[in-house]
Amino acid sequence: MLAKRIIPCLDVRNGKVVKGVNFEGVKDVGDPVEYAEEYNRQGADEIVFYDITASYEGRGVFLDVVRETAKKVFVPLTVGGGIKTVDDIRETLRAGADKVSVNSQAVKNPQLIKDGADIFGSQCICVGIDAKKIAENKWTVYINGGRVDMGLDLIEWVHTIEKLGAGEICLNSIDADGTKNGFDIPMLKAVCDNCSLPVIASGGAGKINDFAEVFEETGATAALAASLFHFRELTIQEVKAYCRNRGVIIR
Amino acid sequence: MIAVIDYGAGNIFSLKNALDYLGIENRLVSDEDSIRNADKIILPGVGAFPAAMKMLDQSGLTDIIKEEARKKPFLGICLGMQLMFEKSYEFEETDGLGLIGGCVDKIDEPDLIIPHMGWNKLEVLNNCRLLDNIGDNAYVYFVHSYRGFCGDEYISAYSEYGGKIPAIVYDGKYAYGCQFHPEKSGETGLQILRNFINS
Repeated sequence: MLAKRIIPCLDVRNGKVVKGVNFEGVKDVGDPVEYAEEYNRQGADEIVFYDITASYEGRGVFLDVVRETAKKVFVPLTVGGGIKTVDDIRETLRAGADKVSVNSQAVKNPQLIKDGADIFGSQCICVGIDAKKIAENKWTVYINGGRVDMGLDLIEWVHTIEKLGAGEICLNSIDADGTKNGFDIPMLKAVCDNCSLPVIASGGAGKINDFAEVFEETGATAALAASLFHFRELTIQEVKAYCRNRGVIIR
Repeated sequence: MIAVIDYGAGNIFSLKNALDYLGIENRLVSDEDSIRNADKIILPGVGAFPAAMKMLDQSGLTDIIKEEARKKPFLGICLGMQLMFEKSYEFEETDGLGLIGGCVDKIDEPDLIIPHMGWNKLEVLNNCRLLDNIGDNAYVYFVHSYRGFCGDEYISAYSEYGGKIPAIVYDGKYAYGCQFHPEKSGETGLQILRNFINS
């Protein structure tokens, strides 16, 4: 049986790990390669690097981080942030990423998903979505780190993504992100019930129970957290052992 | 020396990183002589079967791979494993390398999430060298939407996902195939690569 994945996410700026709360007010904390190795030791099923660097020079430093990590860590590495073109995807995969995560740019130019999937294969195209509730069972898609509402219906966008050939969805709830009140179960349920792609749950993890809950209540195949692991409030081993005891299939 | 066949099909950097990490001498090759002179051969690959087979044909490597895979240790990974089968029905019927008797077709079960993406458990059917020092509870990392169909005699290990999906196939002589990515399967994957090198 396929195991549910626990995925730590590392935000990186100018080659250093950072963590924003609700996307704002970030502070430097350390070396991303070391963090990735530590997460690997803890049993991470996959590692996500998210580049929040704005400058061209910073991009080069970031890809060096990916390159160094890929030489030492042998679990899947997903890289997101600042990917705008097919050339960006190629460059990121060449640095050692196994998948790229596209978000804002995919909304602005959905063809990027199709081109990326056609050239590199669906398996390496993960579409990141930031969404926010607007009414009961209704959510819209935001871009630019959750700042701009595109007025695009979440479920409609999920169908589009699937048709364009994406291999996976990473669904982040803006409402839940940073609250530590648990994953956004209704939103995740709605998306999982409306598509056949693997869905990574993101945003809101605060307690060990949240991980078991998201796997029990929704079809999510993976759960992602950043600060929780980053600030050692929980280790990946603890989360995995807890979920396993609750009967969730875990590596 | 291990020849890693570079025929333009997908991400081979991860595999090279893993071999380098293990201290295994390896080279990315795309010519007949390098394949003929290598001690062992690895055929990686991601993407679609027909396109990959076309690239092998165009590089003039199809025949030499078929020949050499019967003489020395050969490992196909992911799409590289699928190419070892007789034929595939991905998009259109395409002939493969014919090292494993069987075919490749869609994972076709209602309500199953596709691709089969993530860590799944290896269930041993017929032991082989690749499984040396691999424990009972070993998980490996998969990502694929098509799968092999073949007789049990070719299957060393399978994983359960809407049926028994061949995870490690073996022709009984030199040719091994892994549907999963050993280069992305943590310690278990590295051990499988070591086992291949020692085979």
